[in-house]
Amino acid sequence: MKLHEYQAKELLARYGVPTPEGRVARTADEAAEAAEALGGKVVVKAQVHAGGRGRAGGIKLADSADEARAAAEELLGTRLVTFQAPQGQPIDAVLVEEQIDVARELYLGAVIDNAAGMPVMIASAAGGMEIEEVAEEHPEQIHRQAIDPITGFQGFQARALAFATGLDGDLNRPAVALIQGLARAFRENDGSLAEINPLVVTGDGRLLAVDAKFSIDDDADYRRRDLVELRDRSQDEALEVEAEDAGIQNYIKLDGDIGCLVNGAGLAMATMDAIKFEGGEPANFLDIGTANDPEAIVAALRIIGADPEVKAVFVNIFGGLARTDVIAEGVVQAHAQGLITQPTVVRLAGTNVEDGNRILDDSGLELIRADGFADGAQKAVQAASGAD
Amino acid sequence: MSVLIDADSTFIIQGITGREAVTMTRELLDYGSKVVGGVTPGRKGREVHGVPVEDTVRAFTERERIDGAIVAVPPAFATDAILEAVEAGVKLIVVVTERIPRAEVARAVEYAAQEGARIIGPNCLGLIAPGKSKMGGIGGAADATRRAFQPGVIGVMSRSGGMTTEISNALSEAGLGVSTAISIGGDAIIGSTYAELMPLFEADEQTQGIAIYSEPGGPMEAQLAEHIAEHGSRLPVVAFMAGRFMDEMPGMRFGHAGTIVEGRADTTADKIARLEAAGIAVAERIEEIPALLRERLDADGSGA
Repeated sequence: MKLHEYQAKELLARYGVPTPEGRVARTADEAAEAAEALGGKVVVKAQVHAGGRGRAGGIKLADSADEARAAAEELLGTRLVTFQAPQGQPIDAVLVEEQIDVARELYLGAVIDNAAGMPVMIASAAGGMEIEEVAEEHPEQIHRQAIDPITGFQGFQARALAFATGLDGDLNRPAVALIQGLARAFRENDGSLAEINPLVVTGDGRLLAVDAKFSIDDDADYRRRDLVELRDRSQDEALEVEAEDAGIQNYIKLDGDIGCLVNGAGLAMATMDAIKFEGGEPANFLDIGTANDPEAIVAALRIIGADPEVKAVFVNIFGGLARTDVIAEGVVQAHAQGLITQPTVVRLAGTNVEDGNRILDDSGLELIRADGFADGAQKAVQAASGAD
Repeated sequence: MSVLIDADSTFIIQGITGREAVTMTRELLDYGSKVVGGVTPGRKGREVHGVPVEDTVRAFTERERIDGAIVAVPPAFATDAILEAVEAGVKLIVVVTERIPRAEVARAVEYAAQEGARIIGPNCLGLIAPGKSKMGGIGGAADATRRAFQPGVIGVMSRSGGMTTEISNALSEAGLGVSTAISIGGDAIIGSTYAELMPLFEADEQTQGIAIYSEPGGPMEAQLAEHIAEHGSRLPVVAFMAGRFMDEMPGMRFGHAGTIVEGRADTTADKIARLEAAGIAVAERIEEIPALLRERLDADGSGA
């Protein structure tokens, strides 16, 4: 789950990370008032979850309250299209902040290093740009210190990062406090990604987190209720939100016309490959996991069936923990309730497959039955093209 | 022989009184696994399908040999359960629990490593030595398990639980069968990776070849390729690569995080190149895996 910039900054400020003076505005008038209070010269920043806002026109300079009002008017109520979110994300709020006199821009981040199996702090003197590009072109400018899962992040590690990025002399002490603050915020809030980019050294020698991102490990929801409340669901794809409400963790909307219902993320990925091999295009990624409740299957099929792009549905199940009879029951109910009108290919294997197939046989529905992976994919592609 | 478990392996189930764990217990007993006990704090004295329940792991380890533990408790209690098993001296811990916060997994994995215990998972289906024993939900009901996992010569490792079954089924249908299949878990941080498990298969005389499941993201395939390039292997390895369609959707799954740490995004095309450079054959379809393995086994058999 992602936080907005202003939420991330509020969180980091609680850990002693200094941020620019600023206020959130939801109307143009509020933006003008905020600019007034901040002395007129401000930056108006669209609050959307995607990165690349600056390039997409989501960040505007304003030198007076009137200019701030105009900038906010232009942004609020529109959708910001970025390279990370090509379908655009709604701008419901802007962050109005004081303009900063920038002397140097650095990067500071915390991520999970999957190879090492632990979180790691990352710092670079090359801030203000895409850190992936720095990592690719100048890996020597990326400095890292692991956060040990048992002993935690130590002062000497923060000092090492500060010195490596030229934060020495008078800047060293505040830099170390800031780096430790970010590490603590990351650990104590189950961060999955936190970034301060740029971390600015101002003309008068202060450190400021000028932009901030913070994402929370979705698996830690149960113990981060306060942060979960901050979630802005308008930033997510509507069908994905609906899927989540139906208890489906893993639904991703795609552009094709073959709706897929599969158990297990691996099988789901392989299913989509198989559809592509046969010349088709998947309409979604959907992993129902071990949902052993026909209701969950019905809900999943309702979401697939509601996608106007979908011309055929492919149900591909290898039941281990998931029972094929339960899934068959869900497929039959979804058709009986008219939630799926598209031709449906079903391939069942594994646990209780005899019962599952019997339920499908006895339903009297015109389902297309498949034997195995490739066969199912082929039939699904045929069904989708036949429906044109 | 087989890897990590055999017909005599004894184990307990932590969280045995949970709904899904009760079903799993039934399936394991039906299959012939030696489930000798279960732990649920406060439920001492109960039985689950005839298996005695105790309050603590130590209640079992103090009186008998316990080769392994299955952790099937809710995410909030999983680290505690793993640490309890490690502390009680259990050396193989299969964590089936899904959705444990990553920071917690990192802590448990680090502690287990320090104490010399092996974790499989989390978010996995466990492992099976076909015809001998299984640990975890792998294969589901006993009869379905026997069909999909027939005893044989191929070791299977998979990040995806479902694909462990799918690949093993293809190997069984083709008559090659499975020596041991391990569902290692789909999370970003897990207890045992392909490269870490490879030496165990290497040392197992029943195993004559390896099939792995591969998908975009994560360093696991690269680690295996490196391991093989460095140490060599007597076993032909075939990888099934899923998720090729994702190469056309940059940025979809590879967030920042992996990219920064790994230097660059590992697409399926990159992965295939790495695997092939290490002599690992890559299958485009599941159905191709047995033939690719057989080709390589035959080549070895002829002394080539």
